[in-house]
Amino acid sequence: MSGTSDTYLGMPAFPAAARDAVRNETLRENLRHATHTIRDKRAKAVAELDDWALLRAAGRDVKERTLRHLDHYLLQLEESVTAAGGTVHWAADAGEANRIVTALVKQTGQSEVVKVKSMATQEIGLNEALEAEGIRAYETDLAELIVQLGDDRPSHILVPAIHRNRGEIRDIFAQRMGSWGRPALAGLSDDPAELAEAARVHLREKFLRAKVGISGANFMVAETGTLVVVESEGNGRMCLTLPETLISVVGIEKVVPTWQDLEVFLQTLPRSSTAERMNPYTSMWTGTTDSDGPRTFHLVLLDNGRTDTLADEVGRQALRCIRCSACLNVCPVYERAGGHAYGSVYPGPIGAILSPQLRGTGSDVDASLPYASSLCGACYDVCPVAIDIPEVLVHLRERVVEGGEVTRNGERVTIKPAKGHTAERAAMRAARWVLDHPGALRAGQRLASRTRRLHPKRLPGPGRAWTDTRALPEVPAESFRDWWQRTRGGAR
Amino acid sequence: MRVALFVTCVNDTLYPRTGQAVVRLLERLGVEVDFPQPQTCCGQPQFNTGYRHETEPLVRRFDRAFADHEYVVTPSGSCAAMVRDNYPRIGAKAAAEGRGEELAEAAGRAVPKTYELTEFLVDVLGVTDVGAWFPYAVTYHPTCHGLRVLGLGERPRRLLEQVKGLELRELPGAQECCGFGGTFAVKNAAVSAAMGADKVRAVESTGAGAVCTVDNSCLMHIGGTLAKKGSAVRPVHIGEILAATEEEPYV
Ligand code: SF4
Repeated sequence: MSGTSDTYLGMPAFPAAARDAVRNETLRENLRHATHTIRDKRAKAVAELDDWALLRAAGRDVKERTLRHLDHYLLQLEESVTAAGGTVHWAADAGEANRIVTALVKQTGQSEVVKVKSMATQEIGLNEALEAEGIRAYETDLAELIVQLGDDRPSHILVPAIHRNRGEIRDIFAQRMGSWGRPALAGLSDDPAELAEAARVHLREKFLRAKVGISGANFMVAETGTLVVVESEGNGRMCLTLPETLISVVGIEKVVPTWQDLEVFLQTLPRSSTAERMNPYTSMWTGTTDSDGPRTFHLVLLDNGRTDTLADEVGRQALRCIRCSACLNVCPVYERAGGHAYGSVYPGPIGAILSPQLRGTGSDVDASLPYASSLCGACYDVCPVAIDIPEVLVHLRERVVEGGEVTRNGERVTIKPAKGHTAERAAMRAARWVLDHPGALRAGQRLASRTRRLHPKRLPGPGRAWTDTRALPEVPAESFRDWWQRTRGGAR
Repeated sequence: MRVALFVTCVNDTLYPRTGQAVVRLLERLGVEVDFPQPQTCCGQPQFNTGYRHETEPLVRRFDRAFADHEYVVTPSGSCAAMVRDNYPRIGAKAAAEGRGEELAEAAGRAVPKTYELTEFLVDVLGVTDVGAWFPYAVTYHPTCHGLRVLGLGERPRRLLEQVKGLELRELPGAQECCGFGGTFAVKNAAVSAAMGADKVRAVESTGAGAVCTVDNSCLMHIGGTLAKKGSAVRPVHIGEILAATEEEPYV
C-alpha cells in the first residue's frame, strides 16, 4: 500500500478505537477543555470581521478555480520555482516521495535533518523512511516535538499533542529529551514557561547544527514560485533559513494562482485555526537567494491520491482544505473520540472525508471513517473554505455500502461494497419495499401495537448498544395513520 | 387554507400524539389539514446511511402523495431538511447517471412546498402567538438539522416565548449535537451515548421540567437517555406544547 504511512497500518475501525477513547477520562477532559477554549476564541475572532461570509466564499472560489485548472497552475509553479533557482520533483505516491527526499538528503552527506511541522511528510511517513536509511529527522514544532519524544502519534492538525496535559508533557521531556539530544534540566516543573524554555534549549542546539531542513507549506504561489508557511512559534522560520539545503514536500492542492489570492487566506486561516488576527510568523521563500537562506532548494510535489480525489465531483471539495483545524475543534465526535481513532494524520471531520479518498475505502478504518459523524453540520458551518463535509460523508458512505465507480491511480475502476454491510443492505431493501407499500407499513405498525406489551426492554445484537444507555420508546396502542382513519375515516 | 400533513414514519409509528397535536393546532388556527394516505417515509435513514438508490422510490412517492397540495407541513426538522437539502441531490445524481430528469423534477416540486412546522407557522401563517398554554419551565434544544440545514433561527423560540405560562430556560451548549444522528447512534454507540449524556446533563442543569425540540428523533435519543437515568425531565415535541390550551391541556 504505497499510499499509506506504515504508522497507521492495521488500525482498528473507528467505532472500536473511539469506544476505548471515550472510556479514557483524562483524554476526554484534555480534549474537551482544549477544543472548547479554542472554539469560543475562534467565534470571537471571526465575529470581528463583518465580511467573513464574503471572505469564506472568496476562499472557496479561489480554491475551486485553482483545482479546476490544477495542471495549468502546477506547471506554472514549476516554471517559476525553477526560474528562481529551485528544483521541482514530482512524486506520484508516498513511496516515490520518500525515495526522492531520502536521495536528496544522502546527496548532502548528512545523517540528520530538522523539520518544521508538515502534514504531508507525516502523511507519507517520511521520518520512518529516513530512519530506515540511517537518517534522523528532528521535529522542531513544540507539539510535534512532544509527539516525537513521547513515541506517539499526532492527534490534531494544529496541536498534535492536544491529547496531552502539562503533567504528561513534563514527564515526556524529563524522561526522553536526553536520548534525542540535549536533556532537560533536572527538576523541570510543569510550568508552561519552563516547558517552553526546555524545548527552546533542546531545539536550539539542533537548529545550529543542522545542514538540511525539511518543511511543508501552507500555500504555493504559481505566478512567483513562492512558498508560504504560517506558524506561531518561529521554529519553522529557523528551519527554513538556517540550513544549507531546504527540501519542501507539499501536496499539489496547496497551489494558489497569485499573490493576491493569499490576501484571503492570510485572514481566514489564522482566525479559524488559532483565533488570531494574524499569524505571529508568516515566512515566504522563493527559490534561492545568494548569501541569504539555504543555498539549495528542492520542492517535492506530492500527489498520493490527490488527482484521484480530484476526479470525484462531490468529494474533490475536500482538496480545498487549508488545514485550519476549525472543524476538529467544533466536532462533537472528535471531542469524545480523540484524534488517534481516525487512524490518520488527518483526524476529525476533514480526516473522515480526506483519508478514505486519498487512501481508498479498502481498509477497515477507511471504510468506517465516513460513519464517524452524526452529520450535525457544525464542521461545515465553521469551515473557512465552505467544504460541505456532511455532503461528502454521505457520498462516501454510498461508496462504502454500494461500491461503484471510482478513480484509483488514474484509472476508472468499479469497486465492490466494503465487507460487513450485507445484513444492513438487506434490511434497507426490505424497508424500501415496506415503505413503498403503505398497506404493508400499516400492517407492521398494527402488529407492533398488538404485541407492544411483549417488546423487550433490552435489544439483542447491534441494538444492544442502544438499550445499554437509552430506554426504548414504547410502541403506542395506535399509529397516527390508524387514528386518522378511525377519527376522520374516508376523508383523504 | 388547506395543507397536507407529512407526519413522518417515526411520528406515525412511535409518536402519534405529535401528529394529533399538530392537527389540533393547525385546525385551531383555521387551517384545513389533509393526511394523504400514500405517504410513508422521506428516506432520510436510508440516504444518510449511504443507500441513495433505496431512497429514489421514496422521492417519487413523496411527490405523488402531495401532488394535490400547495403546502406540506411536517413536525420534523430533519425530514424537512431531507426533502429540501437532499432531494435535489438525489435528483441530480440520478440525472447524472443517465436516468433522465424525472427524479430531479419530482424533487423540484417537493422542495418549495415543504415546511417544517415552526417555519410554516411563522413564515406562512405569520403567527407567533398560537394561543397556547403550557404552565411549565421548558428548555429548548435546537436540533442540528433545524439549526444548520433549515436555518430555523429564532422561530421556535419566538413561538415558545408567546406560550402562556411557559418559562423558557436557556440550555447551555444548546447548539451542540445531542448525539443521535440516525444510524450513528447504533454504529458509533459509545460516542453517541457520551454526547447524549452531556446533552442530558445540560438539560438537567436548567432545572426545567421539560425539554423540547422540533424533532422526535432527537427527542427519542434525549428522552431515552433521560429515562434510563431515571430523570424526571420529560421530552416534549414543540408541536405538543403549541397545541396545548387551557381547555385542552397537555397530558
Ligand atoms: S475542512 Fe475546513 S475547517 Fe476543516 S481543517 Fe480544512 S479548512 Fe479547516
